[in-house]
Amino acid sequence: MSRLPASKVTKGDELPAKQVRVTRDRLVRYAGASLDFNPIHWNEKFAAEVGLPGVIAHGMLTMALANELVSDWVGDPGAIVETTTKFTRPVPVPNDGEGALLEITGKVTEVSEDGTAKVAITVAFEGQTVLGRPTAIVRLG
Amino acid sequence: MPLDQSFTGRSYPPGDVYEVGREKIREFADAVGAASPLHRDPEAARAAGYADVIAPPTFATVISMKATSIVVDDPELGLDYSRVVHGSQTFVHHRPMVAGDRLVSEVHVDDVQTRMGNDFLTIRAEITTEDGRAVCTSTGLLVARGEDA
Repeated sequence: MSRLPASKVTKGDELPAKQVRVTRDRLVRYAGASLDFNPIHWNEKFAAEVGLPGVIAHGMLTMALANELVSDWVGDPGAIVETTTKFTRPVPVPNDGEGALLEITGKVTEVSEDGTAKVAITVAFEGQTVLGRPTAIVRLG
Repeated sequence: MPLDQSFTGRSYPPGDVYEVGREKIREFADAVGAASPLHRDPEAARAAGYADVIAPPTFATVISMKATSIVVDDPELGLDYSRVVHGSQTFVHHRPMVAGDRLVSEVHVDDVQTRMGNDFLTIRAEITTEDGRAVCTSTGLLVARGEDA
């Protein structure tokens, strides 16, 4: 496992894009792993009562998936020294085994002399972004 | 009712120690589809220069959510958690979290605002080792939707 060297990174580089399918069983698994048991992520009736379109994905799960794109690219998850996002749009996850398909892309927007690079990420569901300005700063090798 | 803005600047002393476990890291990595062997294989992690397996970058949420509940559940603040949505989140990693770490969190209320009937609460958790070395700064914005919002 080696970290992507700074010599191989240029402003404007695009990270390999990926699609991730988020299903109900994944929400249950994430709830258990993160200890976030808010019922809006698993209880249809509760979600409807608080005015949501149905059970929605944890924003923090979507943030985690966005960061995985960067981890895979840089080759070392410990290279991510800062990560930030706004949560702008909920991702409804129907109970149909198909779930919600997220499209995740990333682009290098800055390479600094201190050996870090800034990556702007996008996460889209049905053609609309669901996170606001998700960004990761990575320390390159 | 708007939140008490005098909470801005309030701090809460560190609570219980959270011990980061290998199996918890693996469980979290599985849940977010993090495939790196550095989350699972101590030998691979050591070869990459870490003391043990490392946590995925958003694993800090497990610790910061637990720590910030001291504010969210503070009866003096009176936050109605059923109306709360997560507005934004930032993690600054001073170093990756590693299995075996014994961590404590000092929680700070950085900002309390009411705009258009909604409450905005910025909470920061400074996560350190027991002996005070910085590991992660977690900053989250919680938005409590007003009754009419």
